[in-house]
Amino acid sequence: MIRRILALSSAEFTIALRNRWVLIATLMMALFSVVLTFAGSAPTGALGVDHLTVAVASMTTLSVYLVPLLALLLSFDAVAGEIERGGLALLLTYPVSRFEVLLGKMCAHLAVLALAVGIGFGLSGLLTWAVGGSSAASLLSLGNLVWSAILLGATFLAVGYAASTLAKSSGAAAGLAIGIWIVFVVIYDLALLGALVADKDGVFTSQVFPIALVANPADAFRVFNLANSESVALATGLGGTGKSISLFAILGSMFVWPVAAMALARFLMRRVEP
Amino acid sequence: MNTPAIDIQAASKFQGKRQTVCDVTLKIAAGERVALLGHNGAGKTTLIRMVLGLTRIDGGTITVDGAVPGSAHARRVSAFLPESVSFHKALTGREQLLLFARLNGQPVSVVAPLLERVGLADAADRKIGAWSKGMRQRLGLAQVLLGNPKVALLDEPTSGLDPISRREFYGIVDELADGGTAVLVSSHALTELEARTDRIAILRAGNLVADSSLADLRTEAKLPIRVRVTTEADQADGIALRLGGQRVNCRGVELTCDQTDKMRRLGDVTALGALIDDVEVIPPSLEDLYRFYSTKGDGK
Repeated sequence: MIRRILALSSAEFTIALRNRWVLIATLMMALFSVVLTFAGSAPTGALGVDHLTVAVASMTTLSVYLVPLLALLLSFDAVAGEIERGGLALLLTYPVSRFEVLLGKMCAHLAVLALAVGIGFGLSGLLTWAVGGSSAASLLSLGNLVWSAILLGATFLAVGYAASTLAKSSGAAAGLAIGIWIVFVVIYDLALLGALVADKDGVFTSQVFPIALVANPADAFRVFNLANSESVALATGLGGTGKSISLFAILGSMFVWPVAAMALARFLMRRVEP
Repeated sequence: MNTPAIDIQAASKFQGKRQTVCDVTLKIAAGERVALLGHNGAGKTTLIRMVLGLTRIDGGTITVDGAVPGSAHARRVSAFLPESVSFHKALTGREQLLLFARLNGQPVSVVAPLLERVGLADAADRKIGAWSKGMRQRLGLAQVLLGNPKVALLDEPTSGLDPISRREFYGIVDELADGGTAVLVSSHALTELEARTDRIAILRAGNLVADSSLADLRTEAKLPIRVRVTTEADQADGIALRLGGQRVNCRGVELTCDQTDKMRRLGDVTALGALIDDVEVIPPSLEDLYRFYSTKGDGK
């Protein structure tokens, strides 16, 4: 099983390299994190936190949008496109299971994301360290940002595969992926914000809101990175929200989402007729 | 070999309310080459996909080397060449074949000789996106040859191949069959199949209307044999009258007769002696037979 998954993912990674996906994703992440590292240098003095702490806060906000988008762009075509080309039918006449096909793609795509996130954010750490703008605490926050962003990417890769098994064509899969992105990272937050404003007696704010925030993988990622580091919380003023939600629930959401989404993709993949 | 490599028993498939494959029973033994003919939409591809386990079987049973289609064993012993092969454009031929070899549990060393075998050794390290249709089809054939399959299902394999490639292609099919592989070839190119298959199966609207050797099909169909006579110059009209045939051009006369009547008619022709330049006997071609079975009655 492992051998077949490795064979599939090495081919898939070669394709991502040749299609310039690795280059584009890495350049994009590197560019944004460098820009945010320098643009975020202004407010450091007033708050008494170091350079990198502010950069981590900015990069977290950016990642909430960018990482799911990258993941969905990598994954939306994985099943629908293969069916359209006829490649999946041929592949499935080999002794390889449908889930192994998905896992092979997941490994390759996750490697692409890990490279982009690792190099992009790592560059920011390196730059701030070079000018003496980092500390042990802020480097730890950066490390947390890197692995949690990869985990967030895994969730949206799996969601993308699930959507791809439902789409009838490659084009429909792309539309579905964009729809999912908008719902998860834009509309969901707007709806929560609207509900908070409309909430008069505070029941929603105290009871529903924390759960709703943790239930969305993108928000769980945001809260984890912004609220659970003392200094980052100080820099963003988001500490209040974070304190009311247990770290256990946040971590639970971050780890359950990719596994659950992959299980869904596996279930849907079984029903696909290539 | 007692158990056939492919054993299809009363297999049926419904697409919505329409039955696309109706109670098809077909056995293919190891080393046998069977041509599967039929119009577009007759159910050829559906039947092949059922044997591969890609499409659910709604009625009847199919076994591949004794195993259920789509099971690990069935997939290990069967090879498939889809109608329009489309590989990843970004991979090179060698990388694509290596992927298939690794999925099949084959060593890396099988790849280079196979690429050589199908004439792709020079193009192997170029991206498939830059290849011609014929080259992609050859790569498809190369992956069929991986790991000595017991069953090979080839769906329209020669479309897009030039005549020389087609000959090479059937050479490889013969080698597969000689090695004990049961080969099922679906095709539209009837003339090239004539000498290349042991048995002909014809599907019409999901029903199997013929399943015999070419010779048996000829006897069964009782299609007329054509005798084409080339006469001396300007004699065609007179000879057509004497033989009761049809003049086809200024020096040609065409007669039709049954298999049983053939020798008597040839006697008539030779009796004309010096007036005749040449005689050609044309048995019904596979194309004639195909038209007969795929249009008329149920053919039985």
